[in-house]
Amino acid sequence: MKKCSKENIYKVFNALSSDYSVYVPVKEENRTFYKKYFDGVVLAENFKTDRSAKDFFFPQSEDLMKFKTQGKSIEIIDEREESEDFIIFGVPACDEASLRILDRVFLAEPVDTYYQNKREHGVIITTACSRPEASCFCSTFDIDMARPQGDIRTYKIGDYFYFEGLTDKGNKVLDKVNALLEDVDQGEVEKEIENIQKVKEKLPLKDLSVKDFGADKTQEFFDRKEWAELSNACLGCGTCTFVCPTCQCYDIKDFNTGKGVQRYRCWDSCMYSDFTKMAHGNSRNSQMERFRQRFMHKLVYFPTNNDGVFSCVGCGRCVSKCPISMNIVKVIKTLSKGGENE
Amino acid sequence: MSEPLIPIVGVITDVRIDTPDVKTFRVVTVDGKKAFEHKPGQCAMLSIPGIGEAMFSITSSPTNTEFMEFSIKKCGCVTEWLHSAEVGQQITIRGPYGNAFPVDTAFKGKDLLFVAGGIGLAPLRSVINYVRHYKDQYGKIDVVYGSRSKEDLVDYNEIIEEWQNDPQVSVHLTIDREQEGWDGHVGFVPNYVKELNFTTDKTVVLCGPPIMIKFTLEGLKSLGFSQTQIFTTMELKMKCGIGKCGRCNIGSKYVCKDGPVFRMDQLSELPDEY
Ligand code: SF4
Ligand code: SF4
Ligand code: FES
Repeated sequence: MKKCSKENIYKVFNALSSDYSVYVPVKEENRTFYKKYFDGVVLAENFKTDRSAKDFFFPQSEDLMKFKTQGKSIEIIDEREESEDFIIFGVPACDEASLRILDRVFLAEPVDTYYQNKREHGVIITTACSRPEASCFCSTFDIDMARPQGDIRTYKIGDYFYFEGLTDKGNKVLDKVNALLEDVDQGEVEKEIENIQKVKEKLPLKDLSVKDFGADKTQEFFDRKEWAELSNACLGCGTCTFVCPTCQCYDIKDFNTGKGVQRYRCWDSCMYSDFTKMAHGNSRNSQMERFRQRFMHKLVYFPTNNDGVFSCVGCGRCVSKCPISMNIVKVIKTLSKGGENE
Repeated sequence: MSEPLIPIVGVITDVRIDTPDVKTFRVVTVDGKKAFEHKPGQCAMLSIPGIGEAMFSITSSPTNTEFMEFSIKKCGCVTEWLHSAEVGQQITIRGPYGNAFPVDTAFKGKDLLFVAGGIGLAPLRSVINYVRHYKDQYGKIDVVYGSRSKEDLVDYNEIIEEWQNDPQVSVHLTIDREQEGWDGHVGFVPNYVKELNFTTDKTVVLCGPPIMIKFTLEGLKSLGFSQTQIFTTMELKMKCGIGKCGRCNIGSKYVCKDGPVFRMDQLSELPDEY
């Protein structure tokens, strides 16, 4: 375990900037987001960003390939480039966990090489959450906000940042800035971990449980009458899917640039009415069906296909961002049996 | 490393007009070869840059080593554009996608009954020609095929010239309404299947409009067939073809990856959302 002072953290970022693009959480005009570090950039007080680190690996819009057409012939131009080496600093435990959920989709055969390339070049430095929000419920999914995963785990304690390398990739980064770090005993962070446990115990959603959900429960939940009421006010705006660090649905589109055709992919949302619409019909015609799809996917279908792992990390973004205050927490509470979630 | 979303260039080398709204396109690579190997029932993603991509079942048999064929009904942007394409036009192609008909397991040694309505014959043509090719491995083949009119029967020439002359195959054609120059059966597919009173030792493959599937299934059940003997192939909106864009699922199954072929009992366990 290593540490550096709050002043020295900027020296660390500076030193790393020669080999990596370093992205750090900043707060500007009420927005917290990752900004590429340069001299003078100041870290946000709270590292939880409005949009998650997903955007680095699966951006909202991404070029896939180009086509040149001439008469009847077509040329395909593979535009894939090696990603830059980059570091994302200050990722909370939930958002790091979401990347491992996305890995299950994009790195499953056949591998999505656009995602894979960025994943290989990205270094994730997580930071333990000492000030979670009231909407957080990562512990529902066994995510430990006091011991986040990633390539390097950090703690912000008093006037110091503590670093713990977790992977070879992470240790390589720490080696580069070794001169700026002091060795410390693991014990120095134990108290902080205890403090975080105490904070966790006070979270309003600490007892939220998904034990009724999971693999192979489709028949149990699909026809529940509560879906109608839950989805009743849903606007189909897709906000919940766009802020969600685990939502991965995409569309593939072509754009005529005048010199050729650019094929790109962009985020799509199962909450949109044209998501499944074909020329001769739509398999999910009502907003109720689309709403149900989003939550069935996260709580039942995904676990069915992925060893029981849920496709939600309890980051709470959909809880704070939905314009009608509907969210996965209400869905879990309403559909759970026995009322122990009430 | 190869990227599944990047297609290869294909060339349309033949366009056959099947019906007023169905054409069959022959596709090879730029150097004149078959684009890739496939199994009967699998699909391919075709695209025209600037218009878009769409998934089609490969209608030619895997035993055809020279080219692939796609019978495509005019319905939406990509298909309309394809219908206006001429021989020599290049397109893009990627695949193959999805599972296949169980030609090596459930179909092996069995009498087979294929039931299709309209464009529903297209996905079955591949497997019908496949089992005709490996005739020793399968029993008798019955094909019940119906359309609105004689002109709407896809692959009519191949059916008349090849299938009807194949001693292993019995073809039962039907059209919805009486028509001049038609002395065959008249009536809807589900009723015809019941009239033909097939023995229940057959393995069945159904493909056609949902309403045809529904009533044919009821008819087959009343003849004593069980759902485990019946297979069908599904069509949902697709973008990626590889189980990642999140679009084509029925419950936890992705039609592009886990389908398009489903056994009826397995399909009936999934949510009724297709
Ligand atoms: S649940 Fe809320 S955020 Fe999501 S689509 Fe409906 S209204 Fe929009
Ligand atoms: S569903 Fe909501 S709480 Fe769960 S990961 Fe997505 S945005 Fe976060
Ligand atoms: S087409 Fe993308 S998941 Fe099936």
